[in-house]
Order: sequence, then C-alpha cells, then structure tokens
Amino acid sequence: MEFFKIRHDIPFMRHALAFNVVSLITFLLAVFFLATRGLNFSIEFTGGTVIEINYEHAADVERIRKALDARGYNDYSVQNFGSSRDILIRMPLKPGQNNADLSKAVMEGLTADDKTAKLQRVEFVGPQVGEELAWNGALALFVTAIGIVLYLWVRFEWKFGVAAIIANLHDVVIILGFFALFQWEFSLPVLAAVLAVLGYSVNESVVIADRIRENFRKMRKASVTEIIDNAITRTISRTIITHGCTQTMVTSMLVFGGPALHYFALALTIGICFGIYSSVLVMAPIVRWLGIRREDLVKPLKEKKQEAVI
Amino acid sequence: MNRYPQWVYVTIAVALALGLLYTLPNFFGEAPAVQVSTARTTLKIDSAVLGRVEDALKKAGIQPTGVFLDINSVKVRFADTDTQLKAKDVINQALNPDPQDPSYTVALNLLSNSPAWLAAIPVIPARPMYLGLDLRGGVHFLLQVDMRAALAKQLDSYVGDIRSQLRDKNVRHAGIAREGNSVAVQFRDSETRERARTLIAEQLPDLQLVDAGAGSELRLVASIRPEAQKRIQETALKQNIQTLHNRINELGVAEPVIQQQGSDRVVVELPGVQDTAKAKEILGRTATLEVRLVDEDAMRSNSTLNVDIFPERRRDGSVSSVPTKKQVLLTGDRFTGAGATFDQHQQPAVSINLDAAGGRVMLGVTRENLGHLMAIILIERGKGEAISVAKIQGEFSNRFQITGLFTPEETNTLALLIRAGSLAAPMEIIEERTVGPSLGAENIKKGFDSTIYGFAALSLFIIVYYVVFGVFSTLALCSNLLLLVALLSMLQATLTLPGIAAIALTLGMAIDANVLINERVREELRGGATPQAAIHAGYERAFGTILDSNVTTLIAGLSLLLFGSGPVRGFAVVHCLGILTSIFSSVVVSRSMVNLAFGSRRRLERVPIGNTSWK
Repeated sequence: MEFFKIRHDIPFMRHALAFNVVSLITFLLAVFFLATRGLNFSIEFTGGTVIEINYEHAADVERIRKALDARGYNDYSVQNFGSSRDILIRMPLKPGQNNADLSKAVMEGLTADDKTAKLQRVEFVGPQVGEELAWNGALALFVTAIGIVLYLWVRFEWKFGVAAIIANLHDVVIILGFFALFQWEFSLPVLAAVLAVLGYSVNESVVIADRIRENFRKMRKASVTEIIDNAITRTISRTIITHGCTQTMVTSMLVFGGPALHYFALALTIGICFGIYSSVLVMAPIVRWLGIRREDLVKPLKEKKQEAVI
Repeated sequence: MNRYPQWVYVTIAVALALGLLYTLPNFFGEAPAVQVSTARTTLKIDSAVLGRVEDALKKAGIQPTGVFLDINSVKVRFADTDTQLKAKDVINQALNPDPQDPSYTVALNLLSNSPAWLAAIPVIPARPMYLGLDLRGGVHFLLQVDMRAALAKQLDSYVGDIRSQLRDKNVRHAGIAREGNSVAVQFRDSETRERARTLIAEQLPDLQLVDAGAGSELRLVASIRPEAQKRIQETALKQNIQTLHNRINELGVAEPVIQQQGSDRVVVELPGVQDTAKAKEILGRTATLEVRLVDEDAMRSNSTLNVDIFPERRRDGSVSSVPTKKQVLLTGDRFTGAGATFDQHQQPAVSINLDAAGGRVMLGVTRENLGHLMAIILIERGKGEAISVAKIQGEFSNRFQITGLFTPEETNTLALLIRAGSLAAPMEIIEERTVGPSLGAENIKKGFDSTIYGFAALSLFIIVYYVVFGVFSTLALCSNLLLLVALLSMLQATLTLPGIAAIALTLGMAIDANVLINERVREELRGGATPQAAIHAGYERAFGTILDSNVTTLIAGLSLLLFGSGPVRGFAVVHCLGILTSIFSSVVVSRSMVNLAFGSRRRLERVPIGNTSWK
C-alpha cells in the first residue's frame, strides 16, 4: 500500500507567504482569546477543592445545589462528570474557611441529603502550592524551549533552532488558544501534553532540517528554494503516516480514556494537527527568510592534510 | 552488509529475556493479604512475631498461601478475601489481647501473586509495577511545616537561656525580649554589654551578636546564625516526620509513605485509606510527653492509692509498672530537643533541651528532689508508657542528660521517643488528593484499554502499509512495550494514570522511527538501489534523524521531570524511559529481525515493504 505517489517536488515555498499569513492569523486569534477569555485553570493552579461523587442513580444537580446552598456554600460549581451518575463539585479557596476540612463538611451535607452519595475523589490544593505549580509550569516551558534551540543550534545551525522554536511555540500558543476559546480546563496533565507536543513537533522540524542538510550536500546545483521544496516533498509521506499513527493512539485515549484523560488527549490532538502544519509550512519559510545558505550546513572540505615531512 | 555479529543478537536476546523476566510479575495479579506491623516505636517485628502469627492461623485452621517476613512487617497471603477477613480477626486477637491498647497494626493489603523465586532474584528483585494512588485508591497529603514557628520557639528558649546565663554571672541588664527574628537585650552601660557579649558568645555559640543603640539605650541584638537556623529547621522536620510515623501507625495502613519534600514539606501517602476525615484528625493531633515524679513509697508498698500507674518495658522484654505522682511537672511542648550523645565518662546518654519555662520548673524540681526518681511518659492514643525512669543526680535546668546502662542504640531510640512526643513546629495540609478504590480500578481499566486498542489499530495499519517490514515494526514496538514495563518494574517507579497515558503516547511516537526507516528504504528502492543496499542505507541514514528527534523529545521530557510534580512527574518518568527504550527497540531490535530474515540471502529479489514499484 502507498498513499503518496508524488513524482515532482511540490512548490511549497512558492506559497510560503500565504502559509505564514494563515499561521499569523491563527496565532493572533489564539493570542486574542488568551487575552480576552483567559485560561480556565484547574484547581491545581488556582487552589481550591474538587470533589467527585458517585450516586447509585442519575444525580440530580439541582438537588445537590440546594443541599449545598442550605449549608451556606456559594461560589461553587456542580456538573456531571463522565456519566449522569457522577458529579464534580468545584469550590474555590476562601480566606477564613477551613479549606482542608471542606470536603468532609460537604460530604456530610450530601450524604444527609442522599444516602447513595459515595465519595470518589477529593483534591484540595492550598494557595502555596498553586502558585508554585504555575511558576514551575512556565519554567518547564521556558527550559524546554531554550534546550531545544541550543540542541538544534549545535546539531544544525542557529537559524534552524530559531525557526523550529518559533514554529513550535506557535503550536503551543494555538493549543492554549483553543483551551481559552472553549474554556476547557487547563490542568497539570494538559501542561504535560503541551510540553510533550513541543518535543514531538520539533521531531518534525528535525526530520526536515536533516533532509535540507542532506540535500545541500547532494544537490549541488539546486537553489535554496528547490532544496527546501524537495526536502518537504520527500518527507511528507513519513510526516503524515507518523502523525497518523500517533494520532491513532491519542484517539484511542480520547475514546477509551474517560474524563480523566480527556483534555490531555484533546491537547495532544490539537498539537499533533497543528504540529504537521507548522513544522513543515512555518518552520521552512522562516529558515529561508533567515537566509540559510549551503555554507551554513555543509562544512567546506578541508584540504587534505599534508603528510608530515620527517 | 545486513548482518550483525553474533554478540549483537546475544545482547538483544539477553535484553529481551531480562525484559520478559521483569515484566512477568505484572501478569500474576494480586492476592488478598494481611500485613502486621508494629504499632509502637518500642516494639520490633522479628521472627517471633512471625511464629505467633503462624500459630494463631494454625489454631484457627486457616491455611495461608504464603508467609513473608521483612524488616518492617509480616505479610500473610490468602486465597480469597473471605479468608483474608477471617485471618485478620484471628491475627488481631492473637497479637493484641487488649483491643483498647493494640501493640501491632493488623491491616488488610494486597500482595503480588507472582512466584517467590521472582522476588528472590538477587540485586534487583522482580516485582510488579508500583501503582500510584490514582490507580489503587488512597490518600495523599502534602504538609507544610511552619518553619517560622519552629524558629520562634527556639528564639523563645534563647530568651530564657540568656536571662539565666546573665543572672548566674551577675550581669545586669535592663530587659530581654524577642523582637521578630532576634532577641534584644538592653543595657545601661557599654561595659556591661561587653561582659554580656563575651558570656553569651561563649555559652551560646549558635547566636550571632550585633551592637545597637546609643547613650544609655544600649542594646545587644542576638540572632540565630544561618547554619544553626538550617540545623534547627532540619531537626524540626525530622521530628515532625517521626511524629507522623507514630501517628500513622495507628491508622493501620499497610504501606504508608512519609517523605520529606524540599526543605519544609512532608508528603504523606496512605494507600487504601478511605476515611480521610479520620486520617486528618490523627495527623493533626498532638501526642504528648509528660514528666512526673515516681512515687517511691507506692513503689515499695505496691499501693495504688493516689498514683497513676504506667507500664515500663524492660530491656529483657518484661513489663513492670511504674507508679507516679498525679502532678505533671512538664509536658511535651516544653521540650525543644533530644539527642543521643555521650556523657563525661564516655557512656551513651540522652541529652535533653527544654525551653526557658521548662528549665525554671526543672530547676525547682531537681533542687527539692535530689536523689529521687523521675519518669518521662509518652502518651500515645490516650495510653501512657514510661519510656525513661531515672534518678535525679544533680540540680539542673533546661539542659540535662539521662544516663544509665545504655547502649548507643537505646539512647537513639529514647531520644527518638522523646522527640516524637511533640511536633517541633505546627503543620498545615496544603494539598490533598483522595481517590476511591473503585475509581482507581476504573482508571487502570481505562488506561489499559486506551493503550491496547490504540496499539492494535496502529499495528494493523503498519502491517497493512509496510507488509513484512510492518510486522517487524510491530514486533519492535512490542519489545519496546516489554522493555518499558520491565524498566518501570525494576525501578519501582510509581505508575499513575498519566503514566499509562505516557506509555500509550510513547508507543505512538516510537513508531516514528520505524516509519522513518521504512520510508527511507522505500525511497532507496525507488531510486534504484539493490534490495540489500536499500535496507542498509535506510537504516544508516535514518539513524541520525531518529537520534536528533528523540533528543529533542527527551529535552521536553527531562524538563517536565525537573519541574513537574505529582501526576506530571509520573508522566515524565515514563515518557523519558520510553524514549530510551524506543531508540533501542526501533533501531536495534527491528534491524536485527530484518538482518535475520534477509541479511543472509545473496539474491534478494525484492523487499516486502509494500508498493514501491511506481517511479
């Protein structure tokens, strides 16, 4: 079986401007949503309490709200989680409230109201931890970006490092933009997914950079544009198949993984889809604009060492 | 050209065999078990306890499927949960005759069913993967120790120390008070201040002294040196961890984890505990230490009138009663430290520090009761136990030693028990995660399902697309999974739900290497290379790319490992290990299969890698 029977190089670079305009617009949209709507951070970052409760029958959200109101709680959210019998209650941190014992008090209220209420999961995060996590997350993103640029700089050329990181950070911003637009919950596993995508998409750029370098060696007469077009064309088959395979796994997580893995898999899906686009069609034009030349990648052959004369 | 030397095949075979060996324990599942651990710091688990457990079970006619003894516990495995529950009651009755005052914790647990010889492998025993709380259910707490309070407590005790030092040496001061993070002493003239400075510097070397004020308002400001501060904080944390250990023993948790995290935090993980409310209550309780005088009249006459009787465990294992007076001289919160040391005769001793108020009480008590017996009583769970009974040998205040016929090990234990009597500094729960057991089982199933179905779909596609090379790629991917699970089992890294997701993701990403290779081989064939040359070039040329792309993924994984916490760390560990195993399996293992299959054929007509005929 073979999907790709491409006989001539596709002139990707001819449309480079169009691609970059498209990505610039998506990027700006993502930034716009991030700025206006912001991320819906999970309690891991904001601090607060999450209580997951399982009922033996379909849970009555209204009744749960009433029971909570009766106990004097406000500013909470109740929603179904996964199935109609599972309920997720979110409560923010409040000064003056004994946060550590909140889950116990809430459960007492709910079991008094309905005997079948069963505590499945409690997560409480104090204010000290949340801030630290957000900071560490940002730090992890930063270190990853720097690490990748440095590695590509050493292995290839600084132009590749810069182009790859611009292309892939643009993916990260777009993932975040989606999470802002739909107000999906941004939790620690989502952060992990974002970083994994960052590392993964860079693969893409590496594969193409490798090909470009190889082409510079082999295609001595070709222009830079031809070399880049050829490199992309010849790796496109691998690009699509690899991403298809990874996406198969991620789709399986999306379908079978349940609510706990839902946003994790969603972040990966967006990342993989945009990863194909950006690492191929954003990174390559940037490299060209940064002015990549044959001499950047192919070290001029050193003159043969003269035999030592004794 | 497509042949590996013999040793490469041998290495691969050994790696896969080891992988299989260490993956094996994960297939046996878990059996219900009862775990016996000590509920008292004074009791040790040894083969005698094991014997008692076995006897009790034999008497009740219960047949265990396995009995194990390790440093901290006796574990007994049973065929089903009914027997497990029955056995728990039997063992509990046998070991704890007084249910109000249990000496041992008897808890339900799960034990791996894998045969004993696997766990008996020397150096690295083969054990199943260690499941995180989100997979097996339980409670996770992160506690923050209030170090400022610990330092404040220490400073308060320095106030008393300085006051008594100055009084003893007749140095007149105009007031001593704690001011924030320092102690300020007022003086009327600089000469007195100089005398005080020399005295304090000599007696309390942990303090750093600075002159302040002018005229008749002279001050000497003492603050704790940074290195001493660090030491105080470390001791406070250690003491709190010890106290937590003692309290958690009460909960009857099979395998609690109590660990220091960072410089001022403690992680407590209690697998299987459902009742968080009770767990929290017990963790937050203040155990106490009491110092009382022994009623020697009652001791001689065996009278129980007007005395409290506490048991004392003797060195030979026997228990004697110690009658004490009702009056409590000191409680645990007056103790600022206890440590094993040696006295002036180089005999093991326990040195004890009290705060200023404690020191004043002690001075009065020792002055009036020279030569009498004093008892230190540790109260756990409302039950007291005399942990030290000693004769007052001289007058002392806030620093003294307990000497006697100790071994260094005994002084250590006693110091530990005294420290356990009170928390050194208040603690606060700053993170809590509770997962019910049914949710845990569900998480395992979901994680497992998504991996298996994803893997199946992936394999199917790869085999259809790349034919025989697809089969090799799939087998390489299987070996990747095998090695990854084996590594996780060997390292006993905690597997969480994000960890399972990372396994799935690793497999999805690892296929990239094989796709790269296979596409390259196809390309070479299309370019007119002979089959053998195409295979060779495909692997050789793809390798550099594979390495580069895995290194960048590894960079992301490592920074997650560095900065991630909790569930993310579980993801990062698996992700990083997965990258390492995937380089090996997708390059070396798959190549070895290709070499074995085609490498020795002189005339390889075509490579079964799917359609390459179009030009």
